[in-house]
Amino acid sequence: MWQHLFWMFGHPWVYAIVLPAMGMVSDGLPTFCRGPLVGYTPLAMSTVATMALGFGVWVHHMFATGLPSMALAFFSGASLIITLPSAVVVFAWIATIWIGRLAITTAALFFASMIVLFVIGGVSGFMTGSVPVDLQLTDTYFVVAHIHYVLIGINVFPVVGAVYYWFPKFTGRLMDERLGKWNFWTMFVGFNIGFLPMHLVGLWGMPRRIYTYGADMGWNTTNMLISAGSFLLAFGVLLLLINVVISLRRGRPAGINPWDAPTLEWSVPSPPPPYNFAVIPSVVSRHPLWEDQLNESEERSSLQKGMLLARGRQTVATSPLDGEPELILQMPGDSPAPFFLTMGMTLMFAAAIGHHWFVVGIGALICACALTGWFWPQMPNTRGDAAQDPKARHDVR
Amino acid sequence: MSADTIDTPAALPLPTEGRSGPDWWGVLCLIATEASLFAYLLFSYYYMVVQHGADWLPEAHPSIAMAGPNTVILLASSVAVWWGKKGVKAGGRGQHLTGLALAIGLGLVFLVVQYCEWKTKPYGLTTSAYGSLFFTITGFHMLHVVVGVMVLAMVLIWSIAGYFDARHYNHVTIAAAYWHFVDVVRLCVFATFYLSPYVMGTGS
Repeated sequence: MWQHLFWMFGHPWVYAIVLPAMGMVSDGLPTFCRGPLVGYTPLAMSTVATMALGFGVWVHHMFATGLPSMALAFFSGASLIITLPSAVVVFAWIATIWIGRLAITTAALFFASMIVLFVIGGVSGFMTGSVPVDLQLTDTYFVVAHIHYVLIGINVFPVVGAVYYWFPKFTGRLMDERLGKWNFWTMFVGFNIGFLPMHLVGLWGMPRRIYTYGADMGWNTTNMLISAGSFLLAFGVLLLLINVVISLRRGRPAGINPWDAPTLEWSVPSPPPPYNFAVIPSVVSRHPLWEDQLNESEERSSLQKGMLLARGRQTVATSPLDGEPELILQMPGDSPAPFFLTMGMTLMFAAAIGHHWFVVGIGALICACALTGWFWPQMPNTRGDAAQDPKARHDVR
Repeated sequence: MSADTIDTPAALPLPTEGRSGPDWWGVLCLIATEASLFAYLLFSYYYMVVQHGADWLPEAHPSIAMAGPNTVILLASSVAVWWGKKGVKAGGRGQHLTGLALAIGLGLVFLVVQYCEWKTKPYGLTTSAYGSLFFTITGFHMLHVVVGVMVLAMVLIWSIAGYFDARHYNHVTIAAAYWHFVDVVRLCVFATFYLSPYVMGTGS
């Protein structure tokens, strides 16, 4: 039962961490392909579908634990179906590269290589998603190879690419491209030397979670290669850290938009000033900074025209699909209450681990006081004029 | 960056009371996470039933002598909150305060009855898997009732102090939503522990 509870949480969790990484690729890759993302809408729908299906596949971690065959068939089917939205995403990325002209930067290399690693990790996942194959592969190094391809290949590689992509926006300085190329190739080659042969030793029958094995098993050379590869990968990660430190101090100034990227964050100085947009920009397309060169329609986005919400902390609520403004939301102001709530919760749960029930009570009391203070309502007659009339015209000038 | 020209945007409504502001979405998220917690706990119960069959239950049909009326009491408190909220909307102060006070009272009665029922059980938290699940699940539900009673009490205090009127009653809406949720959980817990043995207990 513990296995069920763990994987019911654990499998949706792996999608919850991979989807942001996939989003980074979808955001960054088109910039270096000099063209918009192909199939934006199906890609977005696939992302949602992946997350929804991700809640119904957890049993594929437990095929070998003696479950009824009906359950195996259902969860195997669900696990195979989830490859469909993933394939949509992969083909959308490939088409983006195919149609565009890929500029070979370090970030582009990390994003593009992720597609390769995603396909390898996806295919090994497809194989283990099939019950008969999985019964052969369970607890072998094949599974170890699979998890590293998905966790490092499709989570870490896009994140490193995203560091190269957004570092200039964060810090105002570009990262070193020459060192970056070294960084990429050592990580990419090291990773594949380290983890690709694991598929092979897994198929040869090497079990996972062992600390030693007989010298005559025939796995020696391959495992030596795997060790060498992982050291090379670690060296690549070290190069990344070195590059970050060097670039922080001596990187070339980035300017506002070093990549000629299409999205709004590249329209403000690097690093962005605290008050970055004076008004809420009017956006008419998915790539507001490329509208002139793409010339898809007559309309143009504008950073100067837009709503000015000048009465305190407000923002607009928009419709989910089209982003049309629907409501003005009053956002909460500065308050120490969330801090006290956090401290109270920390005390409460830390004390609960040690069974100190009196201290748990104190923590709960702090939580209750903090929440009460946080949610303290306003007297109706002290609210602003605008708040008195829900239909008030709220925008100024 | 200078913002020279600013469009004259169409008039947008401010967050109206009720179901459009971040506070409403916040309580929905809270309900979703708490519902997941109970879904996990009840999954554990049904998993044990499927694995062990009817023999697993310490008593063939757990008595509903206390649990049944207690469920009705909690349902009645939900009705009281709903009736009180209607009072707020209509500006009926008496109905508003009575509804909230009645709900808090019924919630407290529920807690007392549940505690008495705990006392009648021959098994404890550590006796068996069943006892462990029974006390964990009903205990977590009691905890949510306690929090709900505290929230309603705070809203009642604010109501007496005159913080809410017919146009500003978001706090009442949110407290009511949480309270109805706690009630729905009770129905699931009741159906699982007291009713499901009638359906699932016989076959195996």
